[in-house]
Amino acid sequence: MPHPSAPIPQTPTAVALPLRLLPLGPLSLSLTAYSRSVARRHPGLFRRLGAYNHTRFVLDPTDLPFVICLDPNGGVPRVTLTRGQGDGAARIAGPLAALLGMVHGAFDGDALFFSRDLVIEGDTSAALALRNAIDDAELDLSQEITRLSGPFAAPLQRLFALMERRSGVSLTRSKEVDAW
Amino acid sequence: MVMEIVCPAGTPAAMRAAVSAGAHTVYCGFADETNARNFPGLNFGRNEMREGIAFAHAHGSQVLIAINTFPRAGDEGPWHRAVADAQSCGANAVILADIGLLDYAARHHPDLRRHLSVQAAAANADMINFYADTFGVKRVVLPRVLSVPEIAAINAETAVETEVFVFGGLCVMAEGRCSLSSYATGLSPNMNGVCSPASHVDYHNDNGVLDARLGGYTIHRVQKDKPAPYPTLCKGCFSTTDKTGHLFEDPVSLNAEQLIPQLQKAGVTALKIEGRQRSRSYVAQVVRNFRAAVDALEAGQPMPEGMLARLSEGQAMTTGAYKKTWR
Repeated sequence: MPHPSAPIPQTPTAVALPLRLLPLGPLSLSLTAYSRSVARRHPGLFRRLGAYNHTRFVLDPTDLPFVICLDPNGGVPRVTLTRGQGDGAARIAGPLAALLGMVHGAFDGDALFFSRDLVIEGDTSAALALRNAIDDAELDLSQEITRLSGPFAAPLQRLFALMERRSGVSLTRSKEVDAW
Repeated sequence: MVMEIVCPAGTPAAMRAAVSAGAHTVYCGFADETNARNFPGLNFGRNEMREGIAFAHAHGSQVLIAINTFPRAGDEGPWHRAVADAQSCGANAVILADIGLLDYAARHHPDLRRHLSVQAAAANADMINFYADTFGVKRVVLPRVLSVPEIAAINAETAVETEVFVFGGLCVMAEGRCSLSSYATGLSPNMNGVCSPASHVDYHNDNGVLDARLGGYTIHRVQKDKPAPYPTLCKGCFSTTDKTGHLFEDPVSLNAEQLIPQLQKAGVTALKIEGRQRSRSYVAQVVRNFRAAVDALEAGQPMPEGMLARLSEGQAMTTGAYKKTWR
């Protein structure tokens, strides 16, 4: 887990460039299935979205060659990866590490906004609701993957931990949070 | 006696973070306009509040519920229900601002401890003693307009506990009396629980230059790579005939960490951290920092140097009115 005062890592170009070749259609379908698995385990996230439970969000990792369009769809989410700007009521943009760090409770969204690492456009109220709902959900995206990985769960978890240490990118929920 | 750290929690997760990080007390609010942080995605449903309080109590922390907006004429029901629900959820106290609501709580829920919100702007001992004598108020949250000697003077003339802000956002005016947000949006922290509501905020980014608009007014334009402030009118940067600058207040956060020994000598009981709108990451970092500070004070050690600049609005900090160097 990166220290909150550490600089935000940027995805290296050598990693980002090959991602241009990714087939976004199949990846979108996989991420939709994954997000629905997360949704089943965290229904409170969608309750907390309230009036924005059907608002389409654009999550823009600025150091990757695609954006993520998230439609909460009342708790049965759809995820679409697309090249270009994407279409949604609210856009939250920043380095992938900043977005993941917010999800995992490593970074504070307001602090990222103050430092200009995070940019919000469109419906500010919707963006705020999403930020707050995700913060309350205490997600661990790595754990959500390993949970679906059967016998590969343990080695995958070790791989995520190694990648987190090497990259400085928050890939798991804060250990301070786990200590509760 | 260790000074009490009173920490914000906008969500159940933030409450757990605060308790885990060492908060003696957590303050929070219901998910409606009865509290002054009525932001989308924030606050507690009744069941969440009940469970959160049980969690806090199980870990030795107390919970205060802020019901600190002003009831609407002819529609006081939500505020009355909030007070009743605070008691049934097991809150250790309610934080109230409105005289009518204080009277209601004192008459209908006399066993529920009452604190006076900063929104009441009680800034002298006579006023504080009036609230104590009339409504049984046990603690007052002092407005962020007082110097340390003025706080000491108040404590010398009242038996009411005093709680002061030590970290977080600053309001430029005596709290509870600001109409800037109402002017631009029609919604205010005092009546609706929202200062500069997000529904009225628009950001525009043009080659790294950030424009923030509130209710259609451009209130600041931040150049590329410069720290951004909150989109509140009081932190706005305005142009007059001959210069451009922050007319009301610079976009900085309060940080009175190094003044904690002086605040203790001034008779302050509790130290309050602002930020119910912030994440659990903020809560954990700030609470841990201030808990270390009060523990160091208790052990007779020097105040530790904090690492909170990154969390601060505009990435800059001030001791605010506690040191009125402009006088």
